[in-house]
Amino acid sequence: MASIPAHEGFDAHHDDAHEHDHKPAFFQRWFMSTNHKDIGTLYLIFAIFAGIIGGGVSGIMRAELAHPGIQYLGWWTHFLGGNDQDFNATLHMWNVLITAHGLIMVFFMVMPALIGGFGNWFVPLMIGAPDMAFPRMNNISFWLTFTGFCSLMISAFMPGGTGMGAGTGWTVYAPLSTTGSVGPAVDFAIFALHLAGAGSILGAINFITTIFNMRAPGMTLHKMPLFVWSMLVTAFLLLLSLPVLAAAITMLLTDRNFGTTFFNPAGGGDPILYQHLFWFFGHPEVYIMILPGFGIISQIISTFSKKPVFGYLGMAYAMVAIGAVGFIVWAHHMYTTGLDVNTKMYFTAATMVIAVPTGIKIFSWIATMWGGSLEFKSPLVWAIGFIFLFTVGGVTGVVLANGGIDDNLQDTYYVVAHFHYVLSLGAVTSLFAGFYYWFPKMSGRMHSEFLSHLHFWVFFIGVNLIFFPMHFLGVQGMPRRYPDYAPAFEYWNTIATNGYMVMAASMVIFFINIAYSLVAGKKAEGNYWGEGATTLEWTLSSPPPFHQFETLPVIEEAHAH
Amino acid sequence: MSVSHVARAVTGAIRTISLAAALAFAPQAMAAAAAPAPAAAAEPAAVAAPAPAVGAPDAATVGTAPAAAAPADKGSYVPMKPVAGKGQPVAKGWTFQDQYSPNGEEALRMHDYILMPVITVIALFVLLLLLLVMVRFRRAANPVASKTSHNTFIEIIWTVIPVLILVGIAVPSIRLLAHQYAPAPKGALTVKATGYQWYWGYTYPDNGGFEVISNILPDAEALKRGEQPQLAADNRMVVPAGEPIRLQTTGSDVIHAFAVPSLWFKLDAVPGRINEKVLFIKEPGVYYGQCSELCGARHGYMPIVVEALPRPKFEEWVKAQGGTVGAPTAGATTTAAAAPAKTTPAA
Repeated sequence: MASIPAHEGFDAHHDDAHEHDHKPAFFQRWFMSTNHKDIGTLYLIFAIFAGIIGGGVSGIMRAELAHPGIQYLGWWTHFLGGNDQDFNATLHMWNVLITAHGLIMVFFMVMPALIGGFGNWFVPLMIGAPDMAFPRMNNISFWLTFTGFCSLMISAFMPGGTGMGAGTGWTVYAPLSTTGSVGPAVDFAIFALHLAGAGSILGAINFITTIFNMRAPGMTLHKMPLFVWSMLVTAFLLLLSLPVLAAAITMLLTDRNFGTTFFNPAGGGDPILYQHLFWFFGHPEVYIMILPGFGIISQIISTFSKKPVFGYLGMAYAMVAIGAVGFIVWAHHMYTTGLDVNTKMYFTAATMVIAVPTGIKIFSWIATMWGGSLEFKSPLVWAIGFIFLFTVGGVTGVVLANGGIDDNLQDTYYVVAHFHYVLSLGAVTSLFAGFYYWFPKMSGRMHSEFLSHLHFWVFFIGVNLIFFPMHFLGVQGMPRRYPDYAPAFEYWNTIATNGYMVMAASMVIFFINIAYSLVAGKKAEGNYWGEGATTLEWTLSSPPPFHQFETLPVIEEAHAH
Repeated sequence: MSVSHVARAVTGAIRTISLAAALAFAPQAMAAAAAPAPAAAAEPAAVAAPAPAVGAPDAATVGTAPAAAAPADKGSYVPMKPVAGKGQPVAKGWTFQDQYSPNGEEALRMHDYILMPVITVIALFVLLLLLLVMVRFRRAANPVASKTSHNTFIEIIWTVIPVLILVGIAVPSIRLLAHQYAPAPKGALTVKATGYQWYWGYTYPDNGGFEVISNILPDAEALKRGEQPQLAADNRMVVPAGEPIRLQTTGSDVIHAFAVPSLWFKLDAVPGRINEKVLFIKEPGVYYGQCSELCGARHGYMPIVVEALPRPKFEEWVKAQGGTVGAPTAGATTTAAAAPAKTTPAA
């Protein structure tokens, strides 16, 4: 174009060395960002921030549960402006905490970090694309998520029925969330889900379009790295499940504010209908949280074994199968609602089917390492930890899948233990694995391997101390979402609370590690993991240029996955 | 395997002890039962169910379904003392509570002898493989990585074997479900548990329709009565032992869940619908449970206490509540009195 030479002439602070790496000014770069890497960074920072709040909330909960009786809730009620003289308001505070912990960790920590953070950063890099398909839509996805988080925070300071804040649980079951919670708090919490959901739907559309249309020449679907496969499946799950959640919570809003009775039996509605709608979203949601982790683990295992992933096609289609079957098992969350016997038998059988593709993944990871030349860098240590912890969480899932067994475990700490093993110890472990795998690529500086290993071991011990005893509490019959309990449950609860402190110490190590690498970390090379790292992001500098792949890379026939 | 064996041994020992304790207690109970006269009929009293404790909103309005009844003949009924380790959690417990219903025993067997061994073996197998790989294929031991990335045979193996294991689990699992859903026999006693924010109401439609309101006991009061804090209630759901009970649940405001771990029983109490399931308690005793669906501020403060009594003692309790016994609809399988009870008259 004719304007280009003129433009170059006007550019006073032009730096020849970065002719194609010109970054916009601070406000424009971070607040009006259209660059997938910057948006990914924003998501990661946001997720860490939300994770500190969500993790802090669980600290309050563990402190309260260390011993029987109500110790700290009154103080927190007072702190957040509630009436701590009213015992109901104090107990309501507990429900606000469990609700906030669940919603924050699911919608504002795990999803933004795995999908918004690593997905945005590495899907375009891995498929050899210059950016996401819709950069501006990418930007609004982030800010919708951010606004949703603000809405959720605001809800904590609004009246929510018996106290301040939304105390409905992250599932927002009607009628507790409709007639059971007077006041704007629940409306704000629901609106937070609307905003975060809209952001995720837009993000999902962006990922699907990018992956289908912007792969480098020669990169067929069956040559895509497994992380990209995992993001593709995740995006489809988001696209198909989130609208159902949006519909369900919109009906909650109209039930609350406009006199409809979708979930109110007095007007012909049905509270159980809400649960069906919620879990039709909610079950795919748990795979949305773990599939990107599967993808990350596959990349890491392959890199540090210096081997291609074993059974690549099986791995890719196992994720597709998990995603598909994930849509037809939702009522296993509702075994005690009074399901028909045949329905319960069906959901028992269908749920157990999911163990098969999951098993394929576990064994394929081990087979990838088999015959490899393992280098125990921090990402691999985290990845191996993931495989074991996820297996433990997976097998208790098989127990819970049995409707007749679940009757005694539904809504007990056994369920809490199960889903924290697959999420807090599964998805979050994969997050840290991915973080140590890619952090130098994103920041340009190496982290401390020693601190990363130390972080792993302290974290591993801590989370197992927190969550393994919860199996015992569950089989003994301790229900979830209780601020106080019978003295018989004290022993394991105290251990869990001690475990929380160990885990919290590991987070201190994590933040020291980040600070260290940003301040004093060695400069990272383009491919700092060496010969095992074969995907396209390793062909670029660390950090990659502001715009990469202006000339598209061509994938040869023999390129390994 | 060994884990589950140890667990069984421990729970078995506990069961023996608690049985012995129950037997030791039984004669007293029988003696107490024999004493009071069967003050059956006549004098109507306004308040049948005991008054709800303070703090229960609207308790007065929902309190009782008035019924023609005897005056509170409290002398005949003394709340049963719980037996340590029976029907309630134990300190440091790490296994399921002992089961006192046939379905619970079947489910516990399935968990202890099928599920637990299978998942323990699988988890240890994966751990073993991981350790093996980590040692054998570390860089020092295996400097050059192989390039193997396919082996159709082994991929088929690790698909088919899990399928077979799951089929092996599914068969007893489906059978268990069928047993749990077996409908109550026609003459079975019906009890309706209603969840309120935040207490339980137990209605006895076959016995005159009175409702017992059950509130949590303050911790000090629970300890005084020899019960665990948070688990004890002022009034219990009293039912006969050794016969099927048609237990119905419903919610009056939000969803609650009626749950008793030692009976393997959990059923949501949903507004606008009645859920129904058979409850069969094999022996007299006190069985504790707690609300198991988030229902608002005091979700953790509405315990469930089921007291199972021998049929005659149960009938005395019913009369003491102002209820009626012996109407044709109440025909229960174990009562000797109503011989043609099988053919339940129009109901």
